[in-house]
Amino acid sequence: MLQQVEGSKAVARAVAACRPQVVCAYPISPQTHIVEEISRMVKAGELPGCEYVNVESEFAAMSGVIGSCAVGARSYTATASQGLLFMVEALYNVSGMGLPIVMTVANRAIGAPINIWNDHGDTMSQRDSGWLQLYAADNQEAADLHVQAFRIAEELSVPVMVCMDGFVLTHATEAVDVPDVGSVDAFLPPFVPRQVLDPDAPVSIGAMVGPEAFTEVRYLAHRRQLDALTVIPRVANEFAQHFGRTSGGLLHPYRTEGADLVVVALGSVLGTLQDVVDAQRSQGVAVGAVGLTSFRPFPYDAVRTALAGAHRVVVLERALAVGVGGIVAADVRTALVGTGVEQVTVVAGLGGRPITTASLGAMIGDAVAGRLPELTFLDLDHAVVDRELGRI
Amino acid sequence: MATTSLGMPVKFYQVGSFAVGNRLVDPALRSVQSGQERANALTSGHRACQGCGEALGARYVLDAAMRASQGRMVTVNATGCLEVFSTPYPETSWRVAWLHSLFGNAPAVATGVAAGLRALGRDDVTVVAQGGDGGTVDIGFGALSGMFERNDDVLYVCYDNGGYMNTGIQRSGATPPAARTMTTQAVGAEPGNVFGQGKDVPRIAMAHDVPYVATATVADLRDLEAKVTHAMSLRGSRYLHVLVPCPLGWGTASSDTVKVARLATESGFFPVFEAEHGVVTAVRHIRHRVPVEEYLRLQGRYAHLFRPERRDDVIARLQAIADRNIERYGLAGPVAALEVGPVGRAGALIEEGAAPGARVREV
Amino acid sequence: MDKPFAITLDVGSSLANHTGAWRVERPVYVELEPPCAHACPAGENPQRWLYAAEEGAYEQAWRRLVEANPFPAVMGRVCYHPCQTACNRGFLDEAVGINAVERFLGDLAIERGWALPVPEVTSGRRVLVVGAGPTGLSAAYHLRRLGHDVTVRDAQTAPGGMMRYGIPAYRLPRTVLDAEIDRLVATGVHLELGARVGDVLDAEREGFDAALLAVGAQLGKRAYVPAGEAARVLDAVTMLHDVAEGEAPHLGRRVVVYGGGNTAVDAARTAKRLGATDSVIVYRRTRDRMPAHDSEVAEAIEEGVRVTWLSTIRHASAGRVLIERMVLDETGFPQPTGELEELEADSLVLALGQETDLSLVEGVPGVSVVDGVIEVDDDLMTGRPGLFAGGDVVPAERTVTVGIGHGTRAARAIHAWLGRADVRPGVAPDADTAADVGTASDVGAAPDDGVGSGGDEGAEPGQLGAHPLTGAQVPGADAAGNPPVATFDQLNPWYFADAPHAVRPRLEHARRTSGFEEVVQGLDVTTAQYEARRCMSCGSCFECDNCYGVCPDNAVTKLGPGARFRFDYDYCKGCGLCVQECPSGSILMVPEVP
Repeated sequence: MLQQVEGSKAVARAVAACRPQVVCAYPISPQTHIVEEISRMVKAGELPGCEYVNVESEFAAMSGVIGSCAVGARSYTATASQGLLFMVEALYNVSGMGLPIVMTVANRAIGAPINIWNDHGDTMSQRDSGWLQLYAADNQEAADLHVQAFRIAEELSVPVMVCMDGFVLTHATEAVDVPDVGSVDAFLPPFVPRQVLDPDAPVSIGAMVGPEAFTEVRYLAHRRQLDALTVIPRVANEFAQHFGRTSGGLLHPYRTEGADLVVVALGSVLGTLQDVVDAQRSQGVAVGAVGLTSFRPFPYDAVRTALAGAHRVVVLERALAVGVGGIVAADVRTALVGTGVEQVTVVAGLGGRPITTASLGAMIGDAVAGRLPELTFLDLDHAVVDRELGRI
Repeated sequence: MATTSLGMPVKFYQVGSFAVGNRLVDPALRSVQSGQERANALTSGHRACQGCGEALGARYVLDAAMRASQGRMVTVNATGCLEVFSTPYPETSWRVAWLHSLFGNAPAVATGVAAGLRALGRDDVTVVAQGGDGGTVDIGFGALSGMFERNDDVLYVCYDNGGYMNTGIQRSGATPPAARTMTTQAVGAEPGNVFGQGKDVPRIAMAHDVPYVATATVADLRDLEAKVTHAMSLRGSRYLHVLVPCPLGWGTASSDTVKVARLATESGFFPVFEAEHGVVTAVRHIRHRVPVEEYLRLQGRYAHLFRPERRDDVIARLQAIADRNIERYGLAGPVAALEVGPVGRAGALIEEGAAPGARVREV
Repeated sequence: MDKPFAITLDVGSSLANHTGAWRVERPVYVELEPPCAHACPAGENPQRWLYAAEEGAYEQAWRRLVEANPFPAVMGRVCYHPCQTACNRGFLDEAVGINAVERFLGDLAIERGWALPVPEVTSGRRVLVVGAGPTGLSAAYHLRRLGHDVTVRDAQTAPGGMMRYGIPAYRLPRTVLDAEIDRLVATGVHLELGARVGDVLDAEREGFDAALLAVGAQLGKRAYVPAGEAARVLDAVTMLHDVAEGEAPHLGRRVVVYGGGNTAVDAARTAKRLGATDSVIVYRRTRDRMPAHDSEVAEAIEEGVRVTWLSTIRHASAGRVLIERMVLDETGFPQPTGELEELEADSLVLALGQETDLSLVEGVPGVSVVDGVIEVDDDLMTGRPGLFAGGDVVPAERTVTVGIGHGTRAARAIHAWLGRADVRPGVAPDADTAADVGTASDVGAAPDDGVGSGGDEGAEPGQLGAHPLTGAQVPGADAAGNPPVATFDQLNPWYFADAPHAVRPRLEHARRTSGFEEVVQGLDVTTAQYEARRCMSCGSCFECDNCYGVCPDNAVTKLGPGARFRFDYDYCKGCGLCVQECPSGSILMVPEVP
């Protein structure tokens, strides 16, 4: 049922519809509205059979769901930014042990300087943590991705991060068709853990593994992530059949047919980008966009296919690998090896700076004209940086 | 109560009252460790050093917990010696459901396990978390405090060997003053660990007002088992701090593990007590008080107090710590002839009445 | 469960890792000799029967006890219990009251009418025992157990020897003595009383295959004390004998006893009971050098007996004795001072030792008498083959306990002797005709359960010096395989609860001097069990489970009640914790032999 709802609440309700059994969370902006809503539902009795634990840190939040997931309880948490970094050790532990935990990350910049606004610096830093990363383009997809994430995670015994832009999505109220419990029940079977901490069938979970088997453990984790490349689109298709709308999958091409220039992006900027593409197309510029939903695993084949007709590709990033440039761009470049497609990187929207249609339009104009350097910082205040650089 | 063949009550056990078992004790009152049917939660083939106090303590605790829970128990383990020596792929020494996650998160994982079990409606299954002093006192302390504060339904057991032994004997917040570790070496004017530092987690736990806090050692099995059993009968956060000598880190003979733990308590250096809701309810009185020097002398980590020259000043400061414990907890109180468990509960282990001259403590 | 590779493991799989390979020393269970058993002249192993008594299995305890000694009720009263002197518990608090428990068992056996075993087999051999004292009766008992036909002859009208005629009734009630002797005789011993053996060779000719001389030392030593004609001088042995016969001698109100042994004390205490107002012992040395047992002296003094130390009697006359004060020289020998003193004395009782009447061996070929006693070899055999001697007639300490031990030893030797082919008294058999009839271990040992501490099930009789279950040789055993005696420093006394000695009640003072009622009372069931449980089981596993408990490697297997434990050397890392924490010192570390 369509409802006007804040993104955080939509996600909270979608998660609730998945019948989580344990939620451990520690508050951090801009994730707070999600966990507030879930905690309210638990306390109000709207989520029977769910334990909500107010833990003392993100490290404890992730550790708590490690424990609950290990006993076979469907487990969920949410965080952002510094909180994500505080749970890093546990993130790797979760993926290493193959615990199908689902976590929302309300994407937010990482300090210093401390900044509560949106970019993808937090989740990009966890690119190699072994978690799947699915980025939501809007609140409908954010809600839907959580339902799919539990399916994917539990089918593969791999944890999934659902990444949604902090404030931009979490705090935006718009019409969302929030999946209801009945529909989700039909789509998402009860959690059957691959391993479980159970006195009736005791095992030792979390052994120390030395050089004799560590490579094999890692290789198997790698293979399991690659399996996700088929599971993610399949689940998205099934979701479409159940819910009658398209969400998720590996990526979303937008007007790429005949496009000379394709802009690749993740998250909420895709809405703006589609508006700009539409405007450019209406002026006869052959431009398209590809929205990347699955960043981990990285869908090399799908990306290559989606970009096959383009001459130029711009990777629009909300994160920066300091000293290098783009992060997604590196993976796109790998996907395009041998195709001859030109590729540049545009870093935009760091720390919550708005990415405007005007800036994007100008950027596309420069890109089409071949005037974009290999790495561009959108809307960079050159006066400031030149002054500061001059002081050194 | 056992009776003689003539139908008279047995009054007193002179033989082996402090031992693991005693064929004369009523089977219902026997220690878990004396039973052929004990769980052996940590079984043979583990790679702990010879005479490892932690391996011993862990089996004592978990076997008692297994009996108390009738096997309805899962365990969470912090990283450390106990984890490393017990579960190197492809072998595990555990015979109980066991989960290891990280060094500093065992209490939080246990919280999650308890929450998960509750959510699954498995209220019959209890959770025991365990770690060394590093995982408890230092890196896991935030999680432990959080667990306490929420009164999560977990029995957390700290096996305190006074340092980071797994990584090669470095100082922890539980390393006692003057002790030599690789990061508090026996060099300089004040050799060994400094005075005036260290974290007294049992007392901090009491400050959280959790239902139960107790200390114990591997030298007194009956006391330890009684505490585990009692702790398992309660719900909420319970904390058990067990002194487990480390032959490697302490520089003690592998055969002296129990003896040195006994001297730790008999000197007052390690107070053995229990507390409920923040109030000390019972202490284990010293049976044969010894100067702290007798405890120190067995340990290579204190060798610099005796050679090349005797450091009476440092020994006196350590004695003062023991004296303060004795004062604070009343450890020198009336010594009972037959304490076989913590005061207040283990009275059942003592037959009432007494033979001539025998003293039976007040219960 | 679809377990993840390597991260999740099947429980208990570490059993594949045999950590025993780390070991350089291995623990072994041993069975050491308990000091009480080592010290017992009668060959008892108190630890074995205390173990049963600890469980309240009193009949079993008593049966174990009488395997060595048929007189527990007597022993429990008159033995000076060297076992308790040797008891390691004395280093911890006080020695275990073994003697008191023994008496309790003995009295209980009499009360319950428990019978001694009657042999099922008959060897056809006949043995003559001369003398129905402790040695003779003990030998008769053991010989009967071994199936021999035994005849005991004694000159007196009642059996018991010094147990009856030397020890006053207030120390050993006659009902107790009679009960234990009757029970012994009931095993089929032919007891002939009033039958003095004048010549042992005459007796041999009656067809006995062997004979034991155990006639005791029943003659009071008559040291020369100058005495006036009117002086009344008696010897203590005769006096006590007469009292035992119910013929109270006339002593008067003031009695002086001369001597420092137990007989002197017995005489002085008896005099008190016969109505003496003054009963004075005159002894030439000091109390700490007095041969009499300290508790006897203490009881005598409690009863009003006075002792004049450092004094000798120079002269006795009617109504008084003259004594001379002595001093001890550097060697502890008393030297006269010339200082004289008079004591009032209606009678003087001499208790200066006893001598033996050996007229029955006069002229017997091969029998040699030196210093008033018969020479014997290690098997108590005299120079005449088949003729044995024991007790007070051979060189030894003259106590009931030693006598009983001699009886046991003699029976053992006689049994071995009888096992030889063509046995004839007076004729040495050929060495190579020895038949395998009996071995030393048949006598006074444990036929039912070789395990020292009562593993009645699953335990095989062990060989000396070897562990009874494993057969492993005990480190430190002597050449014959005898295990070393367990010492206190081998124990871990921490594990023994603080348990002071249970005091035997004593008859109140007023009733002591008015008759011959027994002074020292027995333990009751509770105190006897209490006392038994004070035994620390030195050198012998009592299944305290410590080794099983304290092993960090779970490398000790508990085999169940009575079956003790076994080391699992696949996993034992050799840390030695079990050795250190064994209360009874019954585990030792030995080097690992590659």
